[in-house]
Amino acid sequence: MMSEKSKPRIGVYVCHCGTNIAATVDVEAVAEYAQNLPGVVQARHYTYMCSDPGQTLIKEDCRALGLNRVVVASCSPRMHEPTFRAAAQEGGVNSYRTEMANIREQCSWVHHDKEAATRKAKVLVASAVAKVTHLEPLEEREAGVHPGTLVIGGGVAGLSAALDVAEAGFPAYIVEKSDRLGGHVAELGHTFPDLEPTADWLAPLIRRVEEHPAITVMLDAQVEEVAGFVGNFEVTVLQGGQAQQIDVGTIVIATGYQLFDPSRKPEFGYGRYPGVLTTWELEQRLATGDLVVAGRAPQDVAFIKCVGSRDIQLGNPYCSRVCCMVAAKQAQMVRQALPETRVTVFYIDVRAFGKRGEEFYDEAREAGVRYRRGNVSEVYRRGERLVLRVEDTFLRRTVEHETDMVVLAVGMEPRDDTGVISALLKLPRSADGFFLEAHPKLGPVDTTTNGVFLAGCCQAPKDIPDTVAQAKAAASSALIPLIRGTVPVISETAIVDAELCAGCGMCVDVCPYGAPALDPLWGVSRINAVLCKGCGACAVTCPSKAICLQQFTPEQIMAQVDVLTV
Amino acid sequence: MSDESFEPKIVAFLCNWCTYTGADLAGTSRIQYPPNVRIIRLMCSGSVDPTYVLKALLDGADGVLIGGCHPGDCHYQSGNYKARRRIIALKEIVKQAGLDEERVWLRWVSASEGQRFADVVTQMVGALKEKGPNPLRQEWAV
Repeated sequence: MMSEKSKPRIGVYVCHCGTNIAATVDVEAVAEYAQNLPGVVQARHYTYMCSDPGQTLIKEDCRALGLNRVVVASCSPRMHEPTFRAAAQEGGVNSYRTEMANIREQCSWVHHDKEAATRKAKVLVASAVAKVTHLEPLEEREAGVHPGTLVIGGGVAGLSAALDVAEAGFPAYIVEKSDRLGGHVAELGHTFPDLEPTADWLAPLIRRVEEHPAITVMLDAQVEEVAGFVGNFEVTVLQGGQAQQIDVGTIVIATGYQLFDPSRKPEFGYGRYPGVLTTWELEQRLATGDLVVAGRAPQDVAFIKCVGSRDIQLGNPYCSRVCCMVAAKQAQMVRQALPETRVTVFYIDVRAFGKRGEEFYDEAREAGVRYRRGNVSEVYRRGERLVLRVEDTFLRRTVEHETDMVVLAVGMEPRDDTGVISALLKLPRSADGFFLEAHPKLGPVDTTTNGVFLAGCCQAPKDIPDTVAQAKAAASSALIPLIRGTVPVISETAIVDAELCAGCGMCVDVCPYGAPALDPLWGVSRINAVLCKGCGACAVTCPSKAICLQQFTPEQIMAQVDVLTV
Repeated sequence: MSDESFEPKIVAFLCNWCTYTGADLAGTSRIQYPPNVRIIRLMCSGSVDPTYVLKALLDGADGVLIGGCHPGDCHYQSGNYKARRRIIALKEIVKQAGLDEERVWLRWVSASEGQRFADVVTQMVGALKEKGPNPLRQEWAV
């Protein structure tokens, strides 16, 4: 049945992945074993198959030996399948005639016993060889892209991302839950590390967004539903009880954070003593100039840092990254407003990173703010005043500090509705509850959902410059599909053998995407390849076995089962 | 029935989006589990044809694991529900074939549950060691 031209000529490439595989699997023995498998013309092993020399090895073999199928035994196909498909293609082998044996994630990384791991690696390679033998060449396919980006959230991150998308010439849609733009930052009077009034830079940013012809701002609006995939998202937005659909190519999530609620630390007396407030409340008091506590200006003000952050018992082990500088800012401003008042900051560590951070911390101390290293265990009332019980970690003893105003430097937490967005877009979250980036180093704005990007504090706490930088990065990544104008779509679709089809229509019922339809003239099923997502539900359902999912046909799977049960 | 030296052979059909990725996560997290499981990647648990499972058992696999996304999380909306209904019917057939239907496991493991994947494999190997080898394998091996 197989023509001479498609008679399997398979190359097998076993990767050491440095020592990641080679330390646990005898790669040489695996290659030797593969050499004797049916159809295998050449089997090799190499330090890093994904490296340039590794890929060159594959390409050169494909040409020199006239290979028509490639098996790479290395990492997960979710990692490097595109790499090796491209290498095979360059060597003249159809990229869909490649198969990977996952001998790292499924073998060397999860087993210690070298003998057992080597045996398993051989079986996995045999299974890949069995499958590749039956793989048919497929064509690459592309789909068009809806030009435009949806930005969820109208804070500084969302504004910056939308502006960059619009400036590149594409429509941007900002969906904001509240009734105004600017997010949390709009409630800040001044920003560190220069005590600049926030409105000086935020108001022009908001104005540019509002006046930009390519930006649509939707306030009091929420994303209700997201369908589709990169390049072709269909988003339902609910605004004022009215649903409307927006078609976009990419999505930027900029939903921000929520402040830690200090009533979860009852020992600090928040809500019980009027003199205990959060940095957020002090920000409003500084803006109005009203610093009066219990009818008079405070003689002493104490800041407590890391409230709700770096606190394992609360489940927030992370640093919120801005509270140190917020405290330094507000302490300076209290000193400016009330030069006679003593201001003390109680800290575990001072994290004054970032450009001008350390200088700003120095300026706070020059302005007379005292820094005292100590864990505050409790706040209680003594007469008219408040008392902090502090463990001074330099003196190694417990001290009391009498004061009039206690300011809690509250940290950031993932928003309560993070789960809603996470469910809408199938986005995983990290252990801290914030959205999980695709890779901590190489993909800090990408997500595991293609075409969806993260900006700002929804990914992790960060300050304004970092937020804007990430927003601009997310915008530039979101622009890539829009500028290219096409996105690759799966070639592994289901196909119908019209000879076998009885026209029962069960595939039509079972498909969630409406891809199969009965041909009114011939009474047999036809699958619209553009709509097919390649799940294979129709193929299993078909009672005549007239449908098969390309790249996952029964012939291919059965060949794998044959090998795996030996 | 149980034999110390018996190492069960498990063929696993895992969906690409959840359980296969969960198995990858077990790998990247270096979570150790027994080497008895051999994985076949499919796009969806809803595309596991009952004939695959039957063939694996008739060919002598001691167990078959089908892994999919948790209910409500299917990448293709409802493939895992289809798998669940199909496996219930399939277990009846497995019983008719004179096999223990508990040799077929359907488990939901998400992409973030590397530890759960390792636990499922470990539990399944333990359970199959209790049961002993697939009797069909012996019949057919003659």
